[in-house]
Amino acid sequence: MKYAALALLAAAPLLGMGNYPLHLLIMCVLWGYVYTSWSVMGRLGMVSFGHGAFMGIGAYVVVMAWNHYGLSPWIGAPIALVLTAIVALLIGYPCFRFKIVGHYFALVTLALSEVTRLIIVALRDQTGGSLGVTPNTALAETSYSLGALQFSSKLVWFYVILAFWLGGLWIWKKVDESMGRLALEAISQEEDAAASIGINVTRLKLRVTLISALMTCMGGVLYAQYQAYVNPETVSGIGISLQMVFGAIAGGMFVRLGPTVGAVFTLLLAEGLRLWFGNLYHGLDLTVYGLMLVLFIIYMPKGILGAATQAWEKRRGGVARAA
Amino acid sequence: MPGHLLSVRDLTKAFGGFVAVNRVSFELAEGEILGLIGPNGSGKSTTFNLIAGALAPTSGSIRLREREIGGLYADRVAHMGVGRTFQIPRPFRKLSLVENVALAAYYGQERRPGRERAYAQAREALELVNLPSEPLARVDGLGAAGLKKLELARALATQPRLLLADESLGGLDETEMNQAADMLSGIRDKRGVTIIWVEHIMGALMRVVDRCVVLDHGEVIAAGKPHEVAHDPKVIEVYLGTDAAQVQANIAARET
Repeated sequence: MKYAALALLAAAPLLGMGNYPLHLLIMCVLWGYVYTSWSVMGRLGMVSFGHGAFMGIGAYVVVMAWNHYGLSPWIGAPIALVLTAIVALLIGYPCFRFKIVGHYFALVTLALSEVTRLIIVALRDQTGGSLGVTPNTALAETSYSLGALQFSSKLVWFYVILAFWLGGLWIWKKVDESMGRLALEAISQEEDAAASIGINVTRLKLRVTLISALMTCMGGVLYAQYQAYVNPETVSGIGISLQMVFGAIAGGMFVRLGPTVGAVFTLLLAEGLRLWFGNLYHGLDLTVYGLMLVLFIIYMPKGILGAATQAWEKRRGGVARAA
Repeated sequence: MPGHLLSVRDLTKAFGGFVAVNRVSFELAEGEILGLIGPNGSGKSTTFNLIAGALAPTSGSIRLREREIGGLYADRVAHMGVGRTFQIPRPFRKLSLVENVALAAYYGQERRPGRERAYAQAREALELVNLPSEPLARVDGLGAAGLKKLELARALATQPRLLLADESLGGLDETEMNQAADMLSGIRDKRGVTIIWVEHIMGALMRVVDRCVVLDHGEVIAAGKPHEVAHDPKVIEVYLGTDAAQVQANIAARET
């Protein structure tokens, strides 16, 4: 059943899909991967509004390395990952060491994503500022360049991104099954008690933060290479960070496919808003996200998929009892 | 004569200008049960938290088997062989009972056991305190006495040499208090664990402790065998008050 669904998803683009639906599908899978990355730490009580920073680093470092130094994304991506790790540790260590949790952690990380956006904008001579930047094309004479990680075929991108998405789900599963996951849940409920039984709170939190940040950074790399255009607003800053939080919560961050459902939901919502209102009201999507986030947290804290699974299990349980 | 397991010297903790613990010294032999008592606000819990690594001392030393543990973080202290309970139980409510305790077994020991072994040790610890060890047992169903037992099981699963039991049996009735006291002495006998028992009601404690240290305003005002301490006029004055008669009765019961 699971594999049949996966096969269907993998085969879908081969059944003669138009360019636009295929693009939407790719975006769903890509954002599904990014939201999954966010949820790896988000569901363990560390709600980060700073993941826009990691995505921004991923996206901008590969493009800058390529445009300014001629460094292939194969080198740019590891640089971006190292940089992301450094930033994650610099932000994470003091937060975890000094027990900055909950709302305060959200605030610190919120600042991080906004600072990243501002830095990108401020370095406009290198980054193109708020107008964004396009990686120099390597596709003048060919349809693909492995060295530049550029493919003109959307199909190739679909499978590359699909592989990362599957990898993300696999990491989720590994984290979920580990003792570390239990320990982090314990930490999120009673941090002092967790420390008293020998759990190194700081180290465990840093480890999962690092996993989540590095995954998100790769999301930024993929985004930049696939879109062949990056813009500070679309890969960093409060907007994109809020979108991740909203998507993961809306889809349901406590079930493995929840963040992916959230990605489909937010994407359709954004596209829908664009169709209905055009570009008439700037920032309308953000306003709607914010409003819906509040509604979701109050009325459906487990998210769409979480609530659906619960209802399904309840029904099945009821049937089992009746039988 | 075995050496001291724990030796506390001139331990001091100041919060700004307020000195909560002032040059407290005491020793603890292997296998002993020590009662750390005193009225509310006397510095018992602060002393306890200093030993457990939840607080860092302002000055003085805490040596566990000749190794200084003062100022280490709580998780390091746990690895050195010190387990603790909390006065107000702090269970991990979203986890099952076994998971609560298995985490302690997995993370609490100097050498980390495998997952299977951690769960086996968790079941053992739960059985020792008479809590259900089946996988589906939840925290939600436990009452005050059950939560205290869970605290104890979790601390024991780290396989401590020294158990810091912040019992404060205030919420329990007479029978439950006596059961708790017997459980602690049973744990000492079965596991060979040395115990510091923090308490402000002296009654039940007097039945099982080998020695008492009495604190008042952050200072040690008396130390010795339970009946010596109970007869100490300073202790009676600052602490026992109307409880004195009950304590005498308990000691009498113990001696018969």
